Amino acid sequence: MKQANKNLCLFHKSLKIIPMKKYMIFGLGFLFSALTYAQELEATVEKDTTQLDEVILIGQRKLSNYRQEKTLSSIDEYLEKSNKVTMIKRGNYAWEPSLNNMDSQRLVVTIDGMQIFGACTDKMDPITSYVDVSNLEQVSIDSGQEGTENGHCVGGGINLQMPQSKFNGSGLKSSVDLGYETNGNYKIAGLELEYVGNKFYVNADGIFRKSDNYDAGGNKEVLYSQFQKYNVSLQGGYKLAENHVLDANVIYDKATDVGYPALPMDVSLAEALITSLTHTYKNDSTTIKSWESKLYYNTITHIMDDSKRPDVPIRMDMPGWSDTYGFYTKATLKENKHNILLNLNGFYNRSLAEMTMYPNDPNQPAMFMYTWPDIRTLYTGIYAKDAFALSQDKTVSASARVGYHQNTVAEEVGLESLQIFYPDMDDSKSRFLMSLSADYKVKKDSYDATFGLGYGERAPSVSEGYGFFLFNSFDNFDYIGNPNLNNEKALEANLAANYYANQFKIGFETSYFYLTDYIIGEVDPSLSAMTIGANGVKVYQALSHASIFDFYVNATYDISDAFSLNTTLGYNYGKGSNNENLPFIKPFSYLAEINYTRNFFNAALQLDGNGNQTNYSSYYGENETAAFAILNLNLGNVFYVKSNKMVLKYGVENILDTNYSTYSDWNNIPRQGRNFYINASFVVN
Amino acid sequence: MKLKYILPILFLALLSTACSSDDNDNNTPPVINEVEGLTKIQDIVNNNHTIELYSKSGHFYTGYNNISLRIKDNTTDTFFEDVTISWMPVMQMPTMQHACPYSAITKAPGRDTVYQGNIIYQMTNTDGSGWSLTLNYTIDGTDYNVTDTITVLQYENQNVTSFMGTDNTRYVLALIEPQDPKIAINNMKVGLYKMENMMSFPVVEDYTITLDPRMPGMGNHSSPNNTDLTYRSADGTYQGNLSLTMTGYWVLNLKLLDTADTVLKGETVTEDNPQSSLYLELEF
Repeated sequence: MKQANKNLCLFHKSLKIIPMKKYMIFGLGFLFSALTYAQELEATVEKDTTQLDEVILIGQRKLSNYRQEKTLSSIDEYLEKSNKVTMIKRGNYAWEPSLNNMDSQRLVVTIDGMQIFGACTDKMDPITSYVDVSNLEQVSIDSGQEGTENGHCVGGGINLQMPQSKFNGSGLKSSVDLGYETNGNYKIAGLELEYVGNKFYVNADGIFRKSDNYDAGGNKEVLYSQFQKYNVSLQGGYKLAENHVLDANVIYDKATDVGYPALPMDVSLAEALITSLTHTYKNDSTTIKSWESKLYYNTITHIMDDSKRPDVPIRMDMPGWSDTYGFYTKATLKENKHNILLNLNGFYNRSLAEMTMYPNDPNQPAMFMYTWPDIRTLYTGIYAKDAFALSQDKTVSASARVGYHQNTVAEEVGLESLQIFYPDMDDSKSRFLMSLSADYKVKKDSYDATFGLGYGERAPSVSEGYGFFLFNSFDNFDYIGNPNLNNEKALEANLAANYYANQFKIGFETSYFYLTDYIIGEVDPSLSAMTIGANGVKVYQALSHASIFDFYVNATYDISDAFSLNTTLGYNYGKGSNNENLPFIKPFSYLAEINYTRNFFNAALQLDGNGNQTNYSSYYGENETAAFAILNLNLGNVFYVKSNKMVLKYGVENILDTNYSTYSDWNNIPRQGRNFYINASFVVN
Repeated sequence: MKLKYILPILFLALLSTACSSDDNDNNTPPVINEVEGLTKIQDIVNNNHTIELYSKSGHFYTGYNNISLRIKDNTTDTFFEDVTISWMPVMQMPTMQHACPYSAITKAPGRDTVYQGNIIYQMTNTDGSGWSLTLNYTIDGTDYNVTDTITVLQYENQNVTSFMGTDNTRYVLALIEPQDPKIAINNMKVGLYKMENMMSFPVVEDYTITLDPRMPGMGNHSSPNNTDLTYRSADGTYQGNLSLTMTGYWVLNLKLLDTADTVLKGETVTEDNPQSSLYLELEF
């Protein structure tokens, strides 16, 4: 009988896809007409391609150059170096980025413009965990509505960019990366091979990481903090004609045996296949400077596992899957003083997760439910931005994104299970989303300033809309999605200014967000918890409004050619209309660095700390996190032997072996204690 | 709900079409199987007739049994289309005998030879023995009867319960639906009968049965939007909404209230009292 039900469901599914397909075909039609149009354009000058060896981070808010980075640090560690980005840690792997005190569901995180969604209902696999530094060229971080080029968000956008194609005929190049860290016996090995011709190029790389449990300060081992992963990627391109390039990219990422000390479960498999095919047209002498179109597909499998935990109330399996098909086509135009960017994109995502629990009484049957009941999300939208140069040093720019967003519950069983809570619920819901922003920039010799305003909307995430008994170990509540939520909206103002005088520079940046229909879980005392030991059930509801404010001030002083000082202070604030503090708002933070830089050697001593978390949100399950400060020492050397290069980075993190945790450590798991590390990269030309 | 009925008919129609096209080759008239989807429990035979008993599972179980039957003429090997049938299930105990709740027997909708009714066995011996079934039937004005022992197996869960109310009346309460529970709001249907005497178990009308489904394996997790079961005179059962948030083992905690809302049996589930003394079980 169950089998028969399943067949029926499948039958239903195929019926439901049809209207979505219509939109996809519409979008694809656009894409291909774009491609053909691009082909007709005249070709004259080839744009020069530059070669970048190391991953660099840029952002709308530029990252401090003074941070010394490990060449082999993970994407997570790179992101954490940005002022506005904080990583929420559930373990030593797969950290969740948070920007402007807002996390994944309020951000749009993309890989080279590709939408990709984690397959874990408990956010154990932010998409940043499915790529590695070896796959990327740079990361662009855009705050608030400036980050809507690839999708709708309220907090901002993070785009992980893959390398540009190159046809400079540099031939064969290879590089080997090796790394070791004492804390956790962390080993890293990477290999890259590249051949660049005049007509085509191919690049293959692989990286392997393995860490045992790390020790917190005071040699206290943090159990279940181990991880192991490898990542391989293959990228190739062919120059079709003078201005036309076709690129193909495949990334395969597989993590196994990942521990999550802050959670009751670990992960036995997190696997992603990310593929894309890109056509690029570039021409410096026409109005249309570039036209890039991409078709992509990615699939993620995520399997949670508790078999290594000796003592659990009940054994369970929680697999999840996420598949996304999508495209974008974007063009940059330059006409007189206008710099125009247009981007038409669309995607179709399928998110499915289930849970099977095995009762302690072996006579009872296994318990099964869909935690994400096969949610299909279809989105198509268009983005336009124009930067208009008022004069040599003043620019005004405006951008807008409009889109159509539709969720459908494809699994009949899933729909019926949600109808337990929402008896009148339909299987699909459509939304219209809009985003607007404008800013004004002045850049003079002694100062620069930016003022921006924005308005944006976002649709609820799959968990917020359709989650079914998702356990949150942070506040110890089960969460139920709410398909009737309104779009969350944000009004935003931001201001940044820098003043330069001789060797001294001081600047600040600040943003204020006024969010309406702010989505957050609220306790429903009438509901009974599913998870054994949970405090109760929260249902996603909307606060009528919430405010989030952040302020950073940064000062640098160049003492001499070699020595420089750099300090940053940060203040953040977040409160809801119910007069409660919002959770995950960063407390007062500071950073001070002294740098010594020479051509082939650099050194930095760094003091990093947070104040006491006084405005913690007890209402949303937070407790107060104590102040901390840690000291880091980073050193780096570069050696050249003929045309070959060796980069050596080494140092000590948390020199004083402080035992601490930050406000963004899930369930206050302590961070790494003292850690000696060394990264070596050999580049053979 | 409608689809549930239409689809089997559709499938049947398709299947039978397929069958007839096959049969065309060997020139035999198409035979419509009137007991499609049913399994024979047993034959009860007398000198003239064979009474074939069917159910979905092919067994009698404690609890609610939906039973189909047809009567075959032993001489002609054909089934009668126009009979009046009644039945009487009886359990022989060491010192006495008693019957159980049962329905009248009517022609199965859309069938020519098949009749159906239901019997609620409230108990059985561990080896399935103890019960006998008597059938009284009339064909063309002639009365016949036949009695045989039957085997009633103990169902794995408590789908029926027999209890004494605070009004000193013995009741039998049996789960009728859901037969195929879903992760959804299910329509729950139970039968409530009063033991008037050893042989008579009439339907009790207009009482109320409160419902609180729980999963003991999940810390006694409950579900929202359940409703109390109320009497439906159309088919003489009690019905309400049963929300099941996942598959597995559920205890349906009940309380029986009479027309004056006096509790006749059962207690509210609390931290200290994880289960009502009046309950049914369900597994899927």
